[in-house]
Amino acid sequence: MSTRTFGEPIKRNEDRRLLTGQALFIDDVELPGMLHAALLRSQVAHARILRIDVTRALQRPGVIAAYVAGDLGDYWQPGPILVPPPPIEGIVFNERTQVPLAKDKVRHVGEPLVIVIAESRYIAEDAFDDIDVELEPLPAVVDLERGLAAASALVHDDVGSNVSAHVRQTKGNYAAAAAKADRIIKRRFWYEHGISSPIETRGVVAQWDSRANQMTVWDTTQAPVFVRNGLAGMLGLNERQVRVIAPFVGGGFGPKIMMFYPEEVLLPWVSMKLNRPVKWIEDRLEHFFATTHERGQIHDAEIALTSDGRILGIKDVFLHDGGAYDPYGLTVPINSQCTLLGPYVVPHYDSTFTQVFTNLPIVTPYRGAGRQHGVFVMERLLDFAANELNIDPAEIRRRNLIPPDAFPYKNEIIYQDFEPLEYDSGNYEPVLDMALEAIGYKTFRDEQAAARLQGRHLGIGVTCYVEGTGIGPYEGAKVQVQSNGKVSVATGIGTQGQGHLTVFAQIAADQLGVAVGDVDVVTGDTDQFYWGAGTFASRGAVVAGNAVNEASKVVRKKALKLAGDLFECSEEDLVIEDGKVSIVGIPEKFVKLGDLANQANPMRGAVQPGTEPGLESTQYFGPPMGATANGVHAMIVEMDPRTFELKILKYVVVHDCGTVINPMILAGQIHGGVAQGIGNAFYEKLVFDDQGQLLNASLADYLLPTALEVPRMELAHTVTKSPLNPMGIKGAGEAGAIPVGPLFAQAIEDALDLKGRGVELLEIPLSPSRLFELTRNAPR
Amino acid sequence: MDIDHHEITVSVNGIRYTRRVESRLLLSDFLRHDLALAGTHVGCEHGVCGACTILLNGEPVRSCLMLAVQANNHELLTIEGLANKDGGYHPLQQAMHDHHGLQCGYCTPGILMTMTAFLDENNSPDEDEVREALSGNLCRCTGYQNIVDAVMSAAERMRG
Repeated sequence: MSTRTFGEPIKRNEDRRLLTGQALFIDDVELPGMLHAALLRSQVAHARILRIDVTRALQRPGVIAAYVAGDLGDYWQPGPILVPPPPIEGIVFNERTQVPLAKDKVRHVGEPLVIVIAESRYIAEDAFDDIDVELEPLPAVVDLERGLAAASALVHDDVGSNVSAHVRQTKGNYAAAAAKADRIIKRRFWYEHGISSPIETRGVVAQWDSRANQMTVWDTTQAPVFVRNGLAGMLGLNERQVRVIAPFVGGGFGPKIMMFYPEEVLLPWVSMKLNRPVKWIEDRLEHFFATTHERGQIHDAEIALTSDGRILGIKDVFLHDGGAYDPYGLTVPINSQCTLLGPYVVPHYDSTFTQVFTNLPIVTPYRGAGRQHGVFVMERLLDFAANELNIDPAEIRRRNLIPPDAFPYKNEIIYQDFEPLEYDSGNYEPVLDMALEAIGYKTFRDEQAAARLQGRHLGIGVTCYVEGTGIGPYEGAKVQVQSNGKVSVATGIGTQGQGHLTVFAQIAADQLGVAVGDVDVVTGDTDQFYWGAGTFASRGAVVAGNAVNEASKVVRKKALKLAGDLFECSEEDLVIEDGKVSIVGIPEKFVKLGDLANQANPMRGAVQPGTEPGLESTQYFGPPMGATANGVHAMIVEMDPRTFELKILKYVVVHDCGTVINPMILAGQIHGGVAQGIGNAFYEKLVFDDQGQLLNASLADYLLPTALEVPRMELAHTVTKSPLNPMGIKGAGEAGAIPVGPLFAQAIEDALDLKGRGVELLEIPLSPSRLFELTRNAPR
Repeated sequence: MDIDHHEITVSVNGIRYTRRVESRLLLSDFLRHDLALAGTHVGCEHGVCGACTILLNGEPVRSCLMLAVQANNHELLTIEGLANKDGGYHPLQQAMHDHHGLQCGYCTPGILMTMTAFLDENNSPDEDEVREALSGNLCRCTGYQNIVDAVMSAAERMRG
């Protein structure tokens, strides 16, 4: 067999097009006769719509059409529920999904009122000046607690309150455990996660071809198959008449899997109505309102412990900001609820949350998808417990880690994939040990003291987390040997930079004995692969990767069988490498894979019944449940105690995501995740006023970390295979971003000696100005 | 609004183009949609993200903050002109590939153009200088570390 590429840092197949400006992104789609759409959006968060008049806009040269909700007729429908609520006893869920254009009422700033179609985007936006909109403003629901008060304005009048959902999940009996506790520590926490802000915004291009009766949609979606199915239903077409292509997508991180965004529904309808292709590209300002956020939760949490720091139980009651509609069900708060438990033995757990409708943009998963919030609560509770019980923070974590012989470990409560939360495999203590070793935990206190003598304020943080990854239902892959000997792989998921064109190629290349560069992977084109779910929950490599492996194995078997027939030998006597099948020990006796593929597609002659033409196979893989990855982050910071400028001196990630397909790509995923975690912890904050106006809707005001804020990272890995898939892999896409908030809080408290000064950091994001506010009245 | 048009001539990647454009047309839109040089990407249209960076007479500029008419009679270099005539990578492209300096690749053209100009000015930068030079380009995927490594490695290779 050729050199195995699985596990090697193979350079990426997708790079050449991206490095030379030849990759097709959504705004690069140019079609003859193409029109351009712009959406006039509400500038207020909550209002009744009294009147919208587009008459004057239609008179502007170059404007083709302008539509309001009423123009859509029966096509105007609230979107489908993307993720229904899980089967949890006693659950309350009030389904209110977003609409293509606001009718009667607007519920958040940025909700579209009118879609204008013109010969150019410039003209379409000019026409906004010609549209008369009369709105009657209503009080906006922004604050979660006030939103639940009886006197609050209602986001959805017919619900009767602003409760989107209410869920309680328990494990064991917390009250009984707490009664026996030596210590109970209770705090209130606020955790905000911002926006994913990919450098490419969203976009949709729709082309109705009336001659072919065919709709083609280019869409920056992470889930093209579901967009295809949904659009077919809405447009009254067969699925086969709709082709959805997710081209190269410039970053997703979660919000690009949300569907249906109004533009995804509107553009195909407009294209059919006008019989012309039409394009909409979101601008950056729109992105701040029109693409989903993640945002905030408020937790009232308590931990019950023994005096030697063992966790007896945790009780948590939290509010989750759901935004104006709840199409993504409960994925984000369920992830918070489940991931809070972390890598620790928590015998008793009582967790209740209320998802609240607000007059703010919709909340759906963004890298981490609520896991950050839960991890922050748990890690902070442990920090305060360590302090009160006078135990070292790393030591209290070690004492509570799930031991390696306890897997599979059952946490009983229901996870986002609707299955009882169960950790498939893990070995947590070595991960903690490696991180402590790498960060220099033992010698840090001496370094810290020495630095303090020089007037420098250093602090250390260590945080642990788990991440449920690679959930079902399934993905598929079609692997096909071409006549020229190259291999084609197609799968239904979309790709947004994860290196799928390389890792899937590695998997196929190893099975079929060809070079990675000779495997051409296509993702995200529903005409190339019909079935699938999408790219989310760190599942691409796990679920689609295993499907590619299964299909490649079948093709390998077919190739060996055909070659065995050809050479009249047994399959065990054959070797498949370098693009050929040859007889072991007789390398000159060979047949090229491409020739075998051709021979398997004869033009004349009879074939055996049951024979399939060509060298191809389509296979599917669905895991029984998600695979649980884990890790530890450790960091040393230096703080300026006057300006609160923060410098990261050292950052360590030790991570276990099972078998690694490509360590170079994995490292990139971790680097990027940590960078987003750093932004979340200290730089990025969506600032709303009490009327629901976002006050910092530009990249000059909403601060994404730059090369100056993101430090060099030291990475290490351990490998505990997942028993849930043949390759033993777990997902890795979100891990880097998850434990960074509590890491910052812990390290900053340490650097500024905040414990000694009676200040606790109970919220994320922090920032220099927020630290100033929190410490200004504290004793020095 | 009255729309006024102007005839402009620009040289992009060594090719001269003469086009009639609206005065308000952004240079980024002109390159992408009028000249079909779509490798220059637009990320924010307010000059922060750096994705649309091109070289104007050898200096990096944000093409979203310029009008096409302002480029009249100037020499532009875009990502499409960075590789050799035979398609071989510029050392910086090669280093980005070797060091996994790109993921989704959307910010990559702007980074390549910015850092090409930077390396022309400073062919032996230290890491802090590279990070400073890179800090005007936002990347949401990579955490920058591999880009920094790629630039340092390209500098070394270009010094020979």
